Amino acid sequence: MNDIQHAGVTSQFKIRIEEKTHIGADGTRLTAIRDLSLDLAPESMTVLMGPSGCGKTTLLRIVAQLDDQFSGAIEMPADARLGFMFQEPRLLPWRTVRQNIELVAAPGFSATDLERLAERVGIADMLPRYPQELSLGLARRVALARAFATEPDLLLLDEPFVSLDEKSADRLRRLLLDVWSARPTTALLVTHNAREAILLADQLVLLAPRPTHVVAIETIDVPQRERDPKMIEDLHTDLLKRFPANFSGL
Amino acid sequence: MSVTFARPQARQGAWLMRGPWVSILSVAGFLLIWFVAAEIAQSRLLPGPAAVLSYIYEETVHGDLLFELGITLWRVIASFVVAMVIGSAIGLVMGQMPAVNRVLDPWLIVFLNLPALVIIILAYVWFGLNEAAAIGAVALNKIPNVVVTLREGARALDPSLDEMARAYRMTPWCKFRNVTLPQLQPYFAAASRSGISLIWKIVLVVELLGRPNGVGFELHLNFQLFNVTAILGYTLAFVAVMLAIEYLLVQPLERYSTRWRNKPV
Repeated sequence: MNDIQHAGVTSQFKIRIEEKTHIGADGTRLTAIRDLSLDLAPESMTVLMGPSGCGKTTLLRIVAQLDDQFSGAIEMPADARLGFMFQEPRLLPWRTVRQNIELVAAPGFSATDLERLAERVGIADMLPRYPQELSLGLARRVALARAFATEPDLLLLDEPFVSLDEKSADRLRRLLLDVWSARPTTALLVTHNAREAILLADQLVLLAPRPTHVVAIETIDVPQRERDPKMIEDLHTDLLKRFPANFSGL
Repeated sequence: MSVTFARPQARQGAWLMRGPWVSILSVAGFLLIWFVAAEIAQSRLLPGPAAVLSYIYEETVHGDLLFELGITLWRVIASFVVAMVIGSAIGLVMGQMPAVNRVLDPWLIVFLNLPALVIIILAYVWFGLNEAAAIGAVALNKIPNVVVTLREGARALDPSLDEMARAYRMTPWCKFRNVTLPQLQPYFAAASRSGISLIWKIVLVVELLGRPNGVGFELHLNFQLFNVTAILGYTLAFVAVMLAIEYLLVQPLERYSTRWRNKPV
């Protein structure tokens, strides 16, 4: 029904989905995605933005090859390493923070690398602890560190800062940018927070409601670090004018 | 409407409730009742604690008690391991594959309801009065219970952690060890707990019916001799062994495997 092609390591990630249909327990069919085509530029941050329930998470799951019930093709290198930050931290409660990271770390990832990464995301003191002792914000930091410890060729982030207070969310966004610029990798982030999208995106992909497809791709050329609140507000106002369906009420 | 006042007496009694004191007092109370009953009865059929304890001592030093305990313990462990391994494997497969579950479910219900005695007799009739038949029969009695418990465990596995393991491309062994097994731990604990007590009771029946040694054999022999002291002595000695296993092996192991759970947030 689908096929996953493995291209050379240097090639970028190409997503072609003709159709993805969920079949409910009672047999009802719900088409989540139709004719969606997207190329991810190497070492850049692509942000997907669309209304709730438009199939963003479904799309990420397909890209991560967690779901192969669709028609189309995902093109990526055969041995591509993946980092995935889910909406919830999804840490193993019976393993310490250090073990959680070590379990999925890239082969050459040393203890020193791990400690340096932990230091950078502010969880150095938490390494010997169990996830249940951590607040949601800290657990998210661990999930972030875990995603980077795999030294991913593709980093997938599914609303990674949802249900945090704005201050913690903002700190984590800065942290993500910080870790990401230290080791740039092709990244695909899903959000429905407009300002978050504008702050983080190199390519901002606007998605239509279900069945979803790409409405427009906005490229933001200013490096993420130089985007100040005023610029973000201006961009937001501009996008709101041009794409009211995607930006109103968000 | 009710009003509750703080009761200062409650604090004074608290030391009694801490540590092993309650358990020790409780055991002492049991021995006392036994002692009084035996004194009143003054019968060969109800020996007091002292008589039974001295029998245990005599049999340990000059008799076969340790050997018989060892044989029975070996059979308990062997049946337990066989039942846990086979039962867990079947339970996990049934929990994760609905088709297999539909096929095997009627079998499971039959074996759950088959009396232990029937399985033991048939095992001896078909496979002879040997060690393998004995251990197999005991294990077969326990397997359905393990299957039912582990099937629930397999059904309760967290799909979001499974997805995480797949996204991070964990190898099957790594995922089994770090994601699946820890989630099944409470189910293993429940199956072992109920398993070990059920198994040792059935082992005694198996020994009584068709083995030339073991605690069950001794009980049978002493029943024919009407030697109640020996019956109580053997029972008490083996209960002591099982208590030791519970407190020195099972509970520390369980505390170790759930150490991540006990810390407050």
